[in-house]
Amino acid sequence: MNHQEDQNWLLRVRGLTKIFGQPCDSSIAQTGPEHATNICPETGAVVAIADIGFDLYPGEVLGIVGESGSGKSTLVQLLHFDQEASGGRVLFQEVDQGRTNILALSNQRKRFIKNHLMGMVYQNPRDGLNFNFTAGGNIAEKLLMAGTFHVGKIRGRAGYLLTQTEVPVLRMDETPASFSGGMQQRVQISKAVANNPPLVFFDEVTSGLDVSVQAKVLDLIRKLQQESGISMIVVSHDLGVIRMLTDRTIVLKHGRMVEHGLTDQILQDPQHAYTQLLVSSLL
Amino acid sequence: MVAATKFQSSYHYGFIDEATKKEIRRKTLKAVCIPGYQVPYSSPEMPISRGWGTGGLHLTLTLIGKSDVLKIIDQGSDASVNACHLRRFVQMMADCAVTFDTAQATIIQSRHRVPEEILTNRQILVLQVPQPEVLRGVERFEARTRQMHGEADYSKIWVSLYEAYVRFGATMRGSGYPIKVNRRYITTPSPIPRWDTPNLSMAHCLYLFGAGREKRIQAIPPHTPVEPLEFEDVKFRVEEFAGIRCSVSGESRAFMDEIFNGEGHRRHVINDSNFLDKLTSGERPPQRVFVNS
Repeated sequence: MNHQEDQNWLLRVRGLTKIFGQPCDSSIAQTGPEHATNICPETGAVVAIADIGFDLYPGEVLGIVGESGSGKSTLVQLLHFDQEASGGRVLFQEVDQGRTNILALSNQRKRFIKNHLMGMVYQNPRDGLNFNFTAGGNIAEKLLMAGTFHVGKIRGRAGYLLTQTEVPVLRMDETPASFSGGMQQRVQISKAVANNPPLVFFDEVTSGLDVSVQAKVLDLIRKLQQESGISMIVVSHDLGVIRMLTDRTIVLKHGRMVEHGLTDQILQDPQHAYTQLLVSSLL
Repeated sequence: MVAATKFQSSYHYGFIDEATKKEIRRKTLKAVCIPGYQVPYSSPEMPISRGWGTGGLHLTLTLIGKSDVLKIIDQGSDASVNACHLRRFVQMMADCAVTFDTAQATIIQSRHRVPEEILTNRQILVLQVPQPEVLRGVERFEARTRQMHGEADYSKIWVSLYEAYVRFGATMRGSGYPIKVNRRYITTPSPIPRWDTPNLSMAHCLYLFGAGREKRIQAIPPHTPVEPLEFEDVKFRVEEFAGIRCSVSGESRAFMDEIFNGEGHRRHVINDSNFLDKLTSGERPPQRVFVNS
């Protein structure tokens, strides 16, 4: 990789760490895949992720795979400020030309970045949507947070997004509680991309949906990505989802990166023993 | 022999003891310094239950001196039971003059209304507030609402306005319409009608808000910009009394009460009793009327 390309990143993550509980000096050294645990034997602290580093490039889709408990969700939640990191740096090209560690900013700045420059789709629609508001209201919330205070424009955008995501526009003013799981997930996606943020996180978006609806949701994400060139980080334990959506993939085990590379390469020729196990157990 | 003067009066001046008065005054000053911010305060016990106007009484009794002229109104009326009892109580405790005349008063304590007559820079309006938290309707936890205020995270209140417009075609908030004070804090101006909300902005007088049950003091200092929340295409509107005239004075530009008689006939009367008295006696007090765009 030459120097020119190296400066082209959108998001640069270095040494990202999250430890739950009271860590000791050797907590990180005594956990990880080689110890087959993420629990510190001395203090019982859980090293959810440690020393994660990667770059995300504009328009790229990055996959994160691993078994449950490997730290996938924690990783995106740290990047989306849903949890506070224990250590590490995250630089974001859209904030101060990538010179500032966004994890160290004030809550107000973090909220601004989250509202204006990021989107998040959670595994459970109840985490990403407010079920007391209508579907249109939920999309409006994201637009209002990003500074659109025009009811006509909000309704126009919400209607467009719901059409794109194949949710009947007639049901825009109903609460998502009356929707099916797949529709709720599509409303959540509409909300996440409502203000065209440069970066969107997807956390296990297709889990719990039946196969045909899964395919629809994946199609939708791919279409949105191709149309608007949004950078995405897609978390999944499902290698099918990773194969379909992502360009590059990171494999996590016990909170560490065990392998990373082009998705095709990882699926065709896995190097790490754990990745080989993952790929071979693909149905 | 030295006469024992200390216990000759059965109550301390202004009912509240001096240490507590000092605390409330300090919190009031803090509220004035941070317009629209809810300052927690002690809310000491009063002879009436918390939530029955104690927040207003705390502010009035810590502000008042013997040279003050006090007016107390309840929903626009000087003569309602609540207003009469509170007025008599404060007068007994503070030994001050009382009046019905809005222009003469130096301290006006009110519930649910701002007087129609323009207040001057010698006057303080004290409002009794039942629920000072504008975000309570969209977020039930106090810890969360405080964080939302701290981070100016007001998306939920905006969505509730959007939803009201989408579902009903108009705002459903008859009173306590959310306002943004000094371009920072969103707050609720106690349950005053939308009609009174524009009068909070760039006023000459000091507005103090006391919520006794919730133990919060807020302030809008003089000459502070106050904006009702509105969308670019859906503007804030005050109540319309189109084609309606006061059955007593014949006037149309004031907030009206709708009164039904036993036979189902209705008539309208100006809500602000002192303003109505002045109109019927031929005076025309200065008034600021907001015109819907």
